[in-house]
Amino acid sequence: MGIFEAILLTVITAATPLVLAAIGELVTERSGVLNLGVEGMMVMGAACAFIATQQTGSPYVGILAGIASGALFSLLFGFLTLTLVTNQVATGLALTILGLGVSGMIGEAYVGQSGIKLPQIVFPVLSDIPFLGAILFRQDLIFYLSIALVAGVHWFLFRSRAGLKLRAVGDSHSSAHALGVNVIRTRYLAVMFGGACAGLAGAQLSLVYTPQWAENMSAGRGWIALALVVFASWRPWRIVAGGYLFGAVSISQLYAQAFGIGIPSQFLSALPYLATIVVLILISHNRRTTLINTPAALGKSFVPDR
Amino acid sequence: MKKLLLALATTAAVIGFSAAASAADKAKICFVYVGSKTDGGWTQAHDLGRQELEKALGDKIETQFLENVPEGPDAERAIERLARSGCGLIFTTSFGFMDATVKIAAKFPDVKFEHATGYKTGPNLATYNSRFYEGRYIQGQIAAKISKNGVAGYIASFPIPEVVMGINSFLIGARSVNPEFKLKVVWANTWFDPGKEADAAKALIDQGVDVLTQHTDTTAPMQVAAERGIKAFGQASDMIKAGPETQLTAIVDTWGPYYIKRTQALLDGKWETTSSWDGLKDGILTMAPYTNMPDDVKALAEATEAKIKSGELKPFTGPLKKQDGSEWLAAGASSDDGTLLGMNFYVEGVDDKLPQ
Repeated sequence: MGIFEAILLTVITAATPLVLAAIGELVTERSGVLNLGVEGMMVMGAACAFIATQQTGSPYVGILAGIASGALFSLLFGFLTLTLVTNQVATGLALTILGLGVSGMIGEAYVGQSGIKLPQIVFPVLSDIPFLGAILFRQDLIFYLSIALVAGVHWFLFRSRAGLKLRAVGDSHSSAHALGVNVIRTRYLAVMFGGACAGLAGAQLSLVYTPQWAENMSAGRGWIALALVVFASWRPWRIVAGGYLFGAVSISQLYAQAFGIGIPSQFLSALPYLATIVVLILISHNRRTTLINTPAALGKSFVPDR
Repeated sequence: MKKLLLALATTAAVIGFSAAASAADKAKICFVYVGSKTDGGWTQAHDLGRQELEKALGDKIETQFLENVPEGPDAERAIERLARSGCGLIFTTSFGFMDATVKIAAKFPDVKFEHATGYKTGPNLATYNSRFYEGRYIQGQIAAKISKNGVAGYIASFPIPEVVMGINSFLIGARSVNPEFKLKVVWANTWFDPGKEADAAKALIDQGVDVLTQHTDTTAPMQVAAERGIKAFGQASDMIKAGPETQLTAIVDTWGPYYIKRTQALLDGKWETTSSWDGLKDGILTMAPYTNMPDDVKALAEATEAKIKSGELKPFTGPLKKQDGSEWLAAGASSDDGTLLGMNFYVEGVDDKLPQ
């Protein structure tokens, strides 16, 4: 296996949770809801996925548990912000704190256990293609899901009627409401989709990335996913580009260090963030397209005037 | 409902706050942890020390701890809260708590403080540390014997003297066995991030490293090493569970005896400011069982451990050169503790540029 191939494999593992959490949050934000609780939902997903896997011996049950816990946890956020109309920013932050606390508590007995790694799914014939085969067709289920989800979300948002309604809710909830769209129900579903994706991202952490449970193991990846949504200017495929760019820069700096190229490691560690800033500047260059893509009602609460 | 949410959030915030039985006449010994007490590494080792203390002196004292205390202004508040709540002796267990401890110690002259791995003392503030580098030297020797490629990987956290000292000691040990031995270093710039630590491990292994050691806190590198079929060393706690076929040995921090000694001194009214820096011979540092290695390597490791304990062998003994080729220690000369505690240079042979 060549070194380039090895780097790519490491990048894929590092980028997948970012892409997953970000694509979920993208749908949530497209419906006009800003959920800053991604980190909390992710770490809950990681804990529940790990616990379920250890209990049943099947990482696939773990994946389901991760998705379910993320969705359920986001339901709490949905109830507070959508039904009780609390402030979305404050509630999202509280969700993160709560998630970190609760996951640490339920996971305490599982610290230090070695988990079961999600097996690879090898496509016959395709996986024998030199170079590409090992990278694209010898991965685990969650990687395939991440790509399928991005494609699915793109199709849903821009090709389906329901997606059009969801974007309408995100751009102007009053108009959508006047047209007979059920704003609150749409937002509940979008929030839960975001939670499920964040939970799946968490499952990737504790079943693929590092098959173990450690308190606070998401280590800030939820926040990076949130930034990625803005970075991608709310366009699904740009999430993939952004996630893999960020992953590539942060991984290649580790390889560069191990290679011993003699560049100060603090500079190398800052590279992913520098790259993000550069791309953001390039994107924001065109203000009009940015404005068109930004959900106009993002972060605004909706109370139906019945 | 808003109130309920607030209550939930507050509960989450104080979950880490826990107290043992509270009889008023017992002396209260308190601990401030930077991580969670089940982190499997640094903080867990301190908490085991606390439990040992409770077991030994439980009839005369009670203990209390705060976990997940961030370094910085929050630490100051946490330490002050403990000082106000009637703690007689407070152990702050991370380098980053240094200035906060100094400040609160000045404010509460009647309370005794002990800060781990720092260098600032006061009339009621002692410091304590462990000579982790002694264990690193043994690891280096084992690595040089085990490695087929003659190159080991080192996952480092932050370029502070403590970490640089460990890297140097590891390489000096390795070169005492194989003078051509090489060491690759990757700085993760974090103490705790399983994913990043695993990535660093992969980066090192993909570039020919076949023995891995770490100065970060999670078992993720050990898992990657196990997956790739190479050997590795555990850090701070015995990590054998993460790599039953992988771990060669681990540096295990054993704080219990020190905590008992100092608490006893407090109870006897004999507590005074000290700067304690003990090592293998004092039992503050122990090596996990030597596993997954041939008998001759194990014998070498045990012999080296015995020599360090008896004082016959000091890891930082010349002839040694700095990385730039300049003379550091002449043949037979040993480094003084001051140089070690402020170590900001590599010895000859480290394949990395030290971040300044």
